[in-house]
Amino acid sequence: MQHETIEKKLNLMIVLIALTVSVAGLVQILPLIFQNQVKVPAEGVVPYPPLQLAGRDVYVREGCYNCHSQMVRPLLSEQKRYGPYSTAGESVYDRPFQWGSKRTGPDLARVGGRYSNDWHRVHLDNPRNLVPESNMPGYPWLDKAQIDPELIQKKMRRLQTLGDPYTDEEIANAPNAVMNKTELDALVAYLQDLGTARTGRKRSN
Amino acid sequence: MLTDYLELNNYWHWFVIIFVFLNIFACWWLLRWSSKTTVESHDNTTGHIWDEDLQELNNPLPRWWLILFHMTIVFGLAYLFFYPGLGNYKGSLDWTQENQLEELMQAKAVKAESLQAFWNDMDIETLASNASALETGTRMYAQYCAMCHGSDAKGAKGYPNLTDKVWLWGSDLKAIEHTIRKGRQAVMQPWKDQYTQTEITALATYVQYLNGRAPEDELVSQGKELFSKTCVACHGMDGKGLQALGAPDLTNDVWLYGNDLATIEHTIREGRNGVMPAQETLMSEYELKVLTAYIYHLQQEAEK
Repeated sequence: MQHETIEKKLNLMIVLIALTVSVAGLVQILPLIFQNQVKVPAEGVVPYPPLQLAGRDVYVREGCYNCHSQMVRPLLSEQKRYGPYSTAGESVYDRPFQWGSKRTGPDLARVGGRYSNDWHRVHLDNPRNLVPESNMPGYPWLDKAQIDPELIQKKMRRLQTLGDPYTDEEIANAPNAVMNKTELDALVAYLQDLGTARTGRKRSN
Repeated sequence: MLTDYLELNNYWHWFVIIFVFLNIFACWWLLRWSSKTTVESHDNTTGHIWDEDLQELNNPLPRWWLILFHMTIVFGLAYLFFYPGLGNYKGSLDWTQENQLEELMQAKAVKAESLQAFWNDMDIETLASNASALETGTRMYAQYCAMCHGSDAKGAKGYPNLTDKVWLWGSDLKAIEHTIRKGRQAVMQPWKDQYTQTEITALATYVQYLNGRAPEDELVSQGKELFSKTCVACHGMDGKGLQALGAPDLTNDVWLYGNDLATIEHTIREGRNGVMPAQETLMSEYELKVLTAYIYHLQQEAEK
């Protein structure tokens, strides 16, 4: 094959480029998708209860992942600072996962139970009230927005079709669990559960 | 679970191996092919002409560059021999992230052992004046305590100041250690169902009066009467509180949530349930001892 052939046949070049850049993905990602280790939940990991699920969506909407990762790497310093390192089975119910790649703030994979509910509420309203040197933005509007009980039911049904083992009863009861709850309640509930399956820490109040 | 290796089935195992070697071979072939391609025109250009006279030379890659490329191939092959990368092949060094972490943890444990032994021989009072223990304590404070009590240990609204003489749950060593180990939960119940707004205002004013922040008047005496019926159970007849319950002294003019009327009324109306989370699951026994010593040191400093 001559250089010229590739340069002059655009379709051929597109195919060859696509092949070249997809090699790493094909080798590293494709086989993983089919492994049980990334599909079977780790011990104690269950689908998000309605309130936590709503909180997770608030977390994603507010872009928390831009500054907070949720993956403790198997390194000594991380293990000492955050707790046991993360495994794939912990993220099976995360769509999409929140591993993140940037830590302006600390990793949150093991934050559940580290602080009280009140602490989170005050801190999310304005972090400087508790940590004067913090540069995290405040989220004062979360306390003023209600969770939509019907929407959460819809979401759970959709997740059920994707394979999350929600029972019909759980879905039927979901609106009660988020009734009259604010986005702040939901986000705090979500944060307080993070990593508790792995750390065994009880949620604090 | 944790030390589980990723086991690919045979199909994916060979998929990875074949793909990796094909890829390496393709790189090698590309290097050879491009360095051997002959130039069609005779003037050492690619034959492309733009803008009338703009031409592209077709020089071979610099030799050192080619060698570098070949070295990456050698490096890649060596890596795949020593480290895991080819499907289920574990590599000749048997290296895993888990093993590496395990080794580092052990190395750290050995390093900590001497310190641990050194510190274990001391009681907490001695540790609280030991420079190396305090240095470690400072760092532990930053990691575990500063988020609520502040990096200057002066606390925040709802989070006690650790540099003053007021200790809600007790300032002796035992109490401090228990607070850190097991955590604490305040149990002030809400009174909005028992008291009307006027009564709550009276109570709040009485509490202000106890601290010399309100003049003695009718409201205060009304508050005093209400206080003696219910609040005394935890805060005591004289309002000096009860450390066993974490019930604060209401006469020392130290305010966890604020001393204005609205805040005190809110406290009475809604109750307060400040939480100190248990720290025992977060650290080892000797670390807990060092942290206790550090907090005790803060307490001692405050007493001076």
